[in-house]
Amino acid sequence: MGIISAIGNNVAENYASLIAGKRGISRISQIETIHKDEIMVGEITGTNAVLEKQLGFTENEVSRTVLIGCIAADEAISNAGILDINNARTGLISGTTVGGMDKSEQYFYDYFDRPEVRQHITGLHAGDSTKKIATHLGLEESFVTTISTACSSSANAIMLGARMIKSGKLDRAIVGGTDCLSKFTINGFKTLLILSDTYSAPFDEERKGLNLGEAAAYLVLESDALVQKENKKVLGYVTGYGNANDAYHQTASSEHGDGALLAMEKALKTAGMQASDIDYVNAHGTATPNNDLSEGRALIRLFGEKVPEFSSTKAFTGHTLAAAGGVEAVYSVLALQNDTIFPNLNYTTPMKEFALDPITEVTKKPLRNVLSNSFGFGGNCSTLIFSKDKS
Amino acid sequence: MSELKQELKEKIIEQLNLEDVAIEEIKDTDPLFGEGLGLDSIDALELIVMLDKDYGIKLADPKQGKSIFESIETMAGYIKEHRSR
Amino acid sequence: MPVYINSIGSVSAQKTFDNSLFLEEIVRYNDTVLEIIAPNYKDYIPPAAARRMAKGIKMSTVSAKTAMIEAGMEEDEIDAIIVGTGLGCIGDSEKFVSDILDNDEQFLTPTRFIQSSHNTVAGQIALGMGCKGHNFTYVHSAISFESAVMDAKMQLENEEAKNILVGGVDELVDHHVNTHRLIGHIKQEPVETMSVLTSGTKGAVFSEGAHFFTLSNEKRSSCYSELLAVETFNTLAEDQVAAKTKSFLSENGMGPDAIDVIILGYNGDVEFDGYYDTLATALFKDTAQVYYKHLSGEFDTASGFGFWLGNKLLKQQRIPDAVRLNSVPANSAQNALIYNQYRGENHSLTLLRKC
Repeated sequence: MGIISAIGNNVAENYASLIAGKRGISRISQIETIHKDEIMVGEITGTNAVLEKQLGFTENEVSRTVLIGCIAADEAISNAGILDINNARTGLISGTTVGGMDKSEQYFYDYFDRPEVRQHITGLHAGDSTKKIATHLGLEESFVTTISTACSSSANAIMLGARMIKSGKLDRAIVGGTDCLSKFTINGFKTLLILSDTYSAPFDEERKGLNLGEAAAYLVLESDALVQKENKKVLGYVTGYGNANDAYHQTASSEHGDGALLAMEKALKTAGMQASDIDYVNAHGTATPNNDLSEGRALIRLFGEKVPEFSSTKAFTGHTLAAAGGVEAVYSVLALQNDTIFPNLNYTTPMKEFALDPITEVTKKPLRNVLSNSFGFGGNCSTLIFSKDKS
Repeated sequence: MSELKQELKEKIIEQLNLEDVAIEEIKDTDPLFGEGLGLDSIDALELIVMLDKDYGIKLADPKQGKSIFESIETMAGYIKEHRSR
Repeated sequence: MPVYINSIGSVSAQKTFDNSLFLEEIVRYNDTVLEIIAPNYKDYIPPAAARRMAKGIKMSTVSAKTAMIEAGMEEDEIDAIIVGTGLGCIGDSEKFVSDILDNDEQFLTPTRFIQSSHNTVAGQIALGMGCKGHNFTYVHSAISFESAVMDAKMQLENEEAKNILVGGVDELVDHHVNTHRLIGHIKQEPVETMSVLTSGTKGAVFSEGAHFFTLSNEKRSSCYSELLAVETFNTLAEDQVAAKTKSFLSENGMGPDAIDVIILGYNGDVEFDGYYDTLATALFKDTAQVYYKHLSGEFDTASGFGFWLGNKLLKQQRIPDAVRLNSVPANSAQNALIYNQYRGENHSLTLLRKC
């Protein structure tokens, strides 16, 4: 697996920040916006120039979404010990919402007079970012697609990869997602009045909204046959997945989390597990008033009085939109590998609607199965279950 | 005041694309949300922007909208008192 | 478990929203961009629901409704909704961007932002039908629609679902057109509908459309075809197309001679039509050949029109003159193969059998 986020440029750095309780939230520095003093974001440290140089792209060749995507995908490939990406039926499934919007919004009016920036015109296609990552990886004559289901995009990419391997359509799937920060999303979430002006506080009574973030994260899923053939070390298993639609509102989640509950139930069913088999929940936990209430209620509906240890890691990274499911998948695997639950930062006051306390300190606990939630606009609800052992 | 109410009705119809609604159909005291005109939470956000843009009123807390946007009557009253443009 | 296409729905630059017609009358254009022929939306969508709908959502709603009605499908029978779209409701995205720029990030309203989320079509259809099932949106250029079809097929085969609504949609908007003209993706000179193939110029005629289908593992009386296979390739060299097609067919236990009709995505772009020639002039030179993008125009999900056409001609056992590339007859056509690519990338092969 591979990742780049506001709390680190690779898996090791992300893990170090998670166990040190070191968040990556700050004022925005790389985008010029009139809202800069009213919002906090999870920005990746490296500037485009630094990332371009690291990857061997020319100046202003591609969107930041592509740059960070390539970095995370490269790490995932190398971490999985893949020497020839085309030696098995390999697919790339990437989630994104903004794609090349960072450049589209920058050059929207400039395209007409400035031929030197026209390489970004096709970048408005969300799939263009995936195509460029596939080219960077040298993937040919393969299944390459893009999923855009708002903030559940990369969770759905992981789900599709798992389903395709299970169905024998692929031997290997590189799955995850990438989204950079843009004026587009900053202003979009601003119109919905769900951006916090301070550090986001998931599941806290006083929560004021989310911090936007940027990130890319990919995992390499491989079939049993390929793992055996190549004698690979397995980091974890995708044992369960579920996708459902809340069918309640275009942006908001239903009051009692119907879609979230359905997605979690489906995931348990595909995993052949009971609710009691789940040892830790990495919640969607965006810190908007609506999400945390709805998700919390769904957790109570599923687990009853025995809600397992849970936390949202978004106070570390910000809400990285399409990449969030991938980021949190990496964190879920890290949790399993290290038998460690990462803290839900900035939590002080329980919500008045229910008695749910997230984990606020780094906690050691033997973990077998971790459940990760990702929800998005359009009612999209996705749940993944990661396990230490094959079910 | 009645001029402002008329103006608000026109704006609401235009801004919220209520093509099939005639100005006369909106009574001053009709509820805008739920049963009356049937507006929803996204419309509320649109109205908050309208207050800001057209009347220079910034709502600090979106929850305030609930009482302000009860009807054309309450909206006009609030605008009259707080407008800066 | 077999997968059947039980019904179809289309809104395109031709009068396809009425399922009782089959290209009897061709609308001819002489242009570089084509808009859809819009049905009367009020017949399909209540005004209260329509007020915030982007054009893409309206087209999709009509097309989806047409498909649902034809199959006699109740809303609560749909287990999943899967949509492919290259650009989503791009009109709203572009307006939101220009509003940000023109108003210096002030006085922005949420509706346009919400509509510009790519999954707004699938989300709103689910909302309208109260469908809480699997809901996916694929956004990968020319294989957006095929990705959705592939996903649906996999779910039906694995018995994860019984009935799925699958669609492709894209809308045509000014800024997108103007910028794509700058980079030569759109033809510089207008071209007459029946001369698109022989235009001899670079670029394509751009358009828009929405194509929805109900896919099920049970055949209904309205059934059009059985979906045998669909496969996509991110890259493929021109000289590899024939070989890939052969191996695709042999995986499905067929040779090229089993194909009665081949549907090719020719769009009149001299730079890239050669990919289709490799099949038309060799492997399938004695097969009935059909093309359609002169009628539908090119857009990311234009192959949805190709899929619509394949289904329609298998069911009706008739090839309209306007889509014929050669005069080879297709008597009692059983198998249709659809090949599509865009600008040499994102290739797809889809195999249908009459049901």
